[in-house]
Amino acid sequence: MTAAADAPARPRRRRFDLDRTLNTLAAWVLALMWILPLAFAIWTAIHPSAYEARFELLAPLTFENFEKAWGAAPFARYFLNTFMLVTLILAGQFLLCTLAAYAFARFTFPGRSILFTLVLLQLLVMPDILIVENYKTMRILGLVDTIPAIALPYIASGFGIFLLRQTFMTVPRELDEAARIEGSSILGILWRVYIPLAKPTYLAYGLVSVSHHWNNFLWPLIVTNSVDTRPVTVGLSVFSAIDSGIEWSVINAATLMTSGPLLIAFLLFQRQFVQSFMRAGIK
Amino acid sequence: MTTATGRTRVPMLIRSREWVHAWLLLLPALFFLFAFTHVPAVMTLWNSFHSTPRGRRPARFIGLDNYERMMGDPIFWKVLGNNLWFAFGTIPLSIGIAIVMALWVNDRLAGRGFVRMAYFTPTVLPLIAVANIWLFFYTPGFGLIDQVGSALFGWPQTNWLGDPSTALNAVIVVTVWKEAGFFMIFYLAALQAIPPSLVEAAKIEGAGRWTIFWRITFPLMMPTTLFVSINAVINSFRLVDHIFILTNGGPDNASSLLLFHIYETAFKYWETGYGATLTVAMLAILCALAIGQFFFFDRRVHYK
Repeated sequence: MTAAADAPARPRRRRFDLDRTLNTLAAWVLALMWILPLAFAIWTAIHPSAYEARFELLAPLTFENFEKAWGAAPFARYFLNTFMLVTLILAGQFLLCTLAAYAFARFTFPGRSILFTLVLLQLLVMPDILIVENYKTMRILGLVDTIPAIALPYIASGFGIFLLRQTFMTVPRELDEAARIEGSSILGILWRVYIPLAKPTYLAYGLVSVSHHWNNFLWPLIVTNSVDTRPVTVGLSVFSAIDSGIEWSVINAATLMTSGPLLIAFLLFQRQFVQSFMRAGIK
Repeated sequence: MTTATGRTRVPMLIRSREWVHAWLLLLPALFFLFAFTHVPAVMTLWNSFHSTPRGRRPARFIGLDNYERMMGDPIFWKVLGNNLWFAFGTIPLSIGIAIVMALWVNDRLAGRGFVRMAYFTPTVLPLIAVANIWLFFYTPGFGLIDQVGSALFGWPQTNWLGDPSTALNAVIVVTVWKEAGFFMIFYLAALQAIPPSLVEAAKIEGAGRWTIFWRITFPLMMPTTLFVSINAVINSFRLVDHIFILTNGGPDNASSLLLFHIYETAFKYWETGYGATLTVAMLAILCALAIGQFFFFDRRVHYK
């Protein structure tokens, strides 16, 4: 990596470039500062609690903190809940947003611009803020403390509709018309022409949605109150709020555990992650 | 006459069939959108003029009483002030750092892969986990900040999160750390979209790095800045997860934010009527800020 990055600069100029060196140095200092909190958490999690604040290079490594954390709270159940939650939301969003985006991209009908404005309004007036009313709704529906209750407010995503609409609008109309002449139904055209061409957008939106809802906290905190429904974020906060002397190293192990799957996925698919966020950002 | 009406009727039929199809496609999404966003928003406004129902006593219309109470509520003003300070602390700082990060990562510097990973990693972590990590960082005497501070500069032990004068700023630091890498991505995309020929031309003209940035790069990134800053404003009102872990709004509401206060009012003291009023205030502020930003940037955004 280092050699590859250095190579293009070398043939141009051999002399020492002060400006470049200073910039590289500063970038590295900031990078180390930025990674420090996480590195510190990892350090305490993989060493015995005696080394929580003592830094010795040869301190013994241990996996015990993770075992303790795993045993101290039903994290397996929390993970299962989060997994179900994220899957439910993603499936719902893909289905509803695809249908709505298709209507906005390729149909003319009365009320189109008003409805689209109402969809975009959700980017500002988010379900995250309307917690009081949404809780009342869930209570009326008898859904409090269920996983669908966490998922339902997010299923029709204004952001998702907007993103997919923008992608569908770039599909050439000729493809659409050709499929229509061949006798495909509306849903058939959507399935065979639009969705395959929008695959990168689905990947991008999927990554953004999964990481967003994996990390979501406030609404799940309000609407759940039992082990059977709590996602990992709420589980972690319950676990670390018990102040009866749980060691820091164990709390840090639990913290890393809850963010682990996303973190590992990110390190493995770094390029896709970054590109997905980029793609989702520039409409 | 008959042929003329017949001719218009056929396209009418096709058109109305298209309308029906479009509405059917929209129906499921709009149902959920209205059920959990638009209707609750309107109901929030409605309930803000009503008292909180308790036991057998249903909610009754009380006019502007809740609003009067809000205007006279010192905690509301305190929390609002906190939130504005939080917004003005996090937004320029995280955007500034994001731009610098993007410029560096876009450059061919040694170890770019690691640097980019380091900047972006906090974005993937749950805010709750981030708060846990930083809580340990901030622990008085024991945490890394105090350890480094006392070892290098001989600072006394500081309770960063327990002192009303530093608590909110400590929370701001955590938020900037979490957000800067996220915004960096959008600037990175914007930088890569700038035609290299423009920069080359400026270099031939003898423009320095500084001039190139302020005259070419920064103006061309204005649409991104608009997008990022609207996002940042919304986030500064929406993100309160870390407050739960770091300070719980304390000490004495020194680090409480508006949404956190709404949560406490509605779900700790169960004053849903007053909670609705606070929500209305929050939505009004958000809308005002978003519209204001749009006009502020309108003259400055240069589209290609």
